[in-house]
Amino acid sequence: MGKKMQIALTVNGEAHDLLAEPRELLIYVLRERLNLTGPHAGCETSHCGACTIEMNGKSVKSCTVFAAQANGATITTIEGLGSPDSLSVLQQSFREHHGLQCGYCTPGMITRAHRLLQENPDPTEEEVRFGISGNLCRCTGYQNIVKAILAAAATINGAKEAAE
Amino acid sequence: MNDLTPTPQERTAKLKGLGTSRKRVEDARFTQGKGNYVDDIKMPGMLHGDFVRSPYAHARVKSINADAARALPGVIAVLTAADLAPLNLHWMPTLAGDRQMVLADGKVLFQGQEVAFVVATDRYVCADAIELVEVDYEELPVVTDPFKALEPGAPVLREDLAGQTSGAHGARRHHNHIFLWETGDESATNQAIEAAEVVAEEMIYYHRVHPCPLETCGCVASMDKVNGKLTVFGTFQAPHVVRTVASLLSGIEEHNIRVVSPDIGGGFGNKVGVYPGYVCSIVASIVTGKPVKWIEDRMDNLMATAFARDYWMKGRISATKDGRITGLHCHVTADHGAFDACADPTKFPAGFFHICTGSYDIPVAYVGVDGVYTNKAPGGVAYRCSFRVTEAAYFIERMIEVLAMELGMDAAELRAKNFIRKDQFPYNSALGWEYDSGDYHTAWDKALAAVDYAGLRREQAERVAAFKRGETRKLLGIGLTHFTEIVGAGPVKNCDILGMGMFDSCEIRIHPTGSAIARLGTISQGQGHATTFAQILATEIGLPADSITIEEGDTDTAPYGLGTYGSRSTPVAGAATAMAGRKIRAKAQMIAAWLLEVHDGDLEWDIDRFVVKGAPERFKTMKDIAYAAYHNAIPGIEPGLEAVSYYDPPNMTYPFGAYVCVMEIDVDTGTHEVRQFYALDDCGTRINPMIIEGQVHGGLTEALAIAMGQEIAYDAIGNCKNSTLMDFFLPTAVETPHYTTDHTETPSPHHPIGAKGVGESPNVGGVPAFSNAVHDAFRAFGLRQAHMPHDHWRIWKIANQLGLHG
Ligand code: FES
Ligand code: FES
Repeated sequence: MGKKMQIALTVNGEAHDLLAEPRELLIYVLRERLNLTGPHAGCETSHCGACTIEMNGKSVKSCTVFAAQANGATITTIEGLGSPDSLSVLQQSFREHHGLQCGYCTPGMITRAHRLLQENPDPTEEEVRFGISGNLCRCTGYQNIVKAILAAAATINGAKEAAE
Repeated sequence: MNDLTPTPQERTAKLKGLGTSRKRVEDARFTQGKGNYVDDIKMPGMLHGDFVRSPYAHARVKSINADAARALPGVIAVLTAADLAPLNLHWMPTLAGDRQMVLADGKVLFQGQEVAFVVATDRYVCADAIELVEVDYEELPVVTDPFKALEPGAPVLREDLAGQTSGAHGARRHHNHIFLWETGDESATNQAIEAAEVVAEEMIYYHRVHPCPLETCGCVASMDKVNGKLTVFGTFQAPHVVRTVASLLSGIEEHNIRVVSPDIGGGFGNKVGVYPGYVCSIVASIVTGKPVKWIEDRMDNLMATAFARDYWMKGRISATKDGRITGLHCHVTADHGAFDACADPTKFPAGFFHICTGSYDIPVAYVGVDGVYTNKAPGGVAYRCSFRVTEAAYFIERMIEVLAMELGMDAAELRAKNFIRKDQFPYNSALGWEYDSGDYHTAWDKALAAVDYAGLRREQAERVAAFKRGETRKLLGIGLTHFTEIVGAGPVKNCDILGMGMFDSCEIRIHPTGSAIARLGTISQGQGHATTFAQILATEIGLPADSITIEEGDTDTAPYGLGTYGSRSTPVAGAATAMAGRKIRAKAQMIAAWLLEVHDGDLEWDIDRFVVKGAPERFKTMKDIAYAAYHNAIPGIEPGLEAVSYYDPPNMTYPFGAYVCVMEIDVDTGTHEVRQFYALDDCGTRINPMIIEGQVHGGLTEALAIAMGQEIAYDAIGNCKNSTLMDFFLPTAVETPHYTTDHTETPSPHHPIGAKGVGESPNVGGVPAFSNAVHDAFRAFGLRQAHMPHDHWRIWKIANQLGLHG
């Protein structure tokens, strides 16, 4: 145990100041202190991706980051990607294409897919598969996840073109 | 009628009933991160529990000193076997008629075994306290090989069973022997094999694996001392059974226990059993008067809860020269680990392994299974499988391939020659099952045509020739499988778990405005029950699926049922749903007759309404009837519209399928690439094609993992070598191929809607398809049998041993 540290985070647009032990993991702070239970723990060794969040514009596995390392960071979790009244294109697309079953990997998967489409707005199937290879799913066999992400990309790009 | 009247097609479409690819109602919360999994549950004052686990596979526990741990601020209690013994909870019964230590009682029998339970204010304090518990061990000789475990001088593992010459399943012939279970006619089988023109013999090993759902096991136990009520939230695939077991163990009356399965992050058999963590959390909550949460980490999960398979299957199969099978003999050495904690129906200690005659008309057969104790984790659960059906399917589908080699015959042709013919159903197998229905030849021909089987074989022959000429280093494997499953346990007359018959249930309540809630005894872990059961009901009662809520998993509200595993939800609870729906309809018919002032026999059901025969303009919709049920005083009919059905299936269902896997194998690196995978499934009536397809994709990917890399292996001193996701193979999107799905539809004759269940088929059929592809690639070079998993290193070794590295 160590002395608690003061940590400032901006999560889903909201500023938080909190005290945490130096050894506290970011996933623990998000889930236990901020009650954001969307990110899940599946391994705590950075293999499964269930805990994926976005930190300072990068996909990050929150099980292997100390909260202290995130001090000052801007974070987005699944809870910040859409709301019941306005689901994101990816959230809708996962439902439309049956990209989830038990739902345990889904928050991490969608959060990763969101960043992937920022990095590469028009990916090939191979790029999608590679781009989500840090996120394991035990239920779907990925085929419909890949379909959902490709379809979301097409929808987003179509909307962009229409706007131009 | 006028133009505004919806057509029958429009009315049917509005229901989103059977056969519709209805989008899932579960997805809204999951896609927004608003699922409610057990680790999301928080209660005021909640404490956390975690285990001190054994680093040794076999050792005497000489002493446990928890003083330093207890002194740590934030630690509330440290429980050991000595604390549980006065409550008689230091051991617990297993589902297989054995008993298992809850906390180490004098010795430990596998690495990762629970030794002490630390309860503290948060997880970090728990982890600190675990480090402070001093356990003095004296190492004992370890045995991890089931054959060595049965040698005369083998170490005695279960000292608690000393002198017991029989167990729950008959005689024990050695101190590490659990049971010998036999079925079929051994002497007739031996005679058939001895007299046969051709005999193939092989040892087929199905290695130890683990279901490894993405969410591990866990629970929150909360004893409310004011009301005397115990509530347990947990990752339970069978919540009602957990309640009964909790009551029997704790002495708390069953009505004072509420067990709730919240959202479950995948189960695959891992979450069927009762684990020490549940018992310790409940005891800790009773002791402290506070809610106690226990959540496994991934290492705990892989090391200690519920492995699957680990069957050594010695087979002999005989045939005539032209390929008619005449007999099958199988002896299994089954490694059950330290305690027999298999989750099988009570009378079947080897599950339904005796479905191992598969899709073939085999006149005589015998199966004997020896269960053995070793210093490995207990379990033996049905990993996406109906009680050892996966082992059975792998066994027969490998034996067929070996026999084809012996005969010098094409393996597809050998299968077709021996399939049970359509006109033979219902078919009584040599090992005692009555197959309800099937049409194997049609499925097989469709599959072979879809992949251009003849073309593939030509390509393969050309490839072998090119390889021999030194023009390529890649071989082509064509993996075939035709599997028959047995699911939907099961008829109460022969299927029970801890004495509870394996029926299932559904209770329906229709609301006055024409919507409904139905509760079932099962529990979804990703199968989409809230979506599909509403579809079954929609078709039965004529209310839109979107107006029907499905609820499961809360034992205070749901009717008793045996839970979800072994692909039993659709065959059993799905049948109960249809039957309860029919009861609703029967009452609705009487109400409609009263409303329409006709005799109820003058009405007929039409999609969503009762219509007066011959007068289609006179009708009452189910919505009208629901309203009337609550608003009219109808002579001779009770108000309200509710029904319940407990369904005891007359037989199992027998889904089947034909799979073809085309695989490229690099002889020099041992790597593989699945070029094509075609999966044809016949699960009878199809409720939601979208969900079926998703289940097939998922099951095939688990099969890929098992066949191509996944294993739980131990070294000679019992260290588990695959206890993290670094060492335990779960395929990513990159390793996972693209699948093509297809179907035929042979409804079950005894199921109310003809459905058979599909969730496990792709795992049952997928493993032999992948494995056969590897074997087939090397068939031209004489490979008969190589044990799974076929990881790169092992495939390289096959090539090396066949002399293909020059
Ligand atoms: S929990 Fe973070 S990667 Fe698995
Ligand atoms: S949907 Fe269950 S792990 Fe992905």
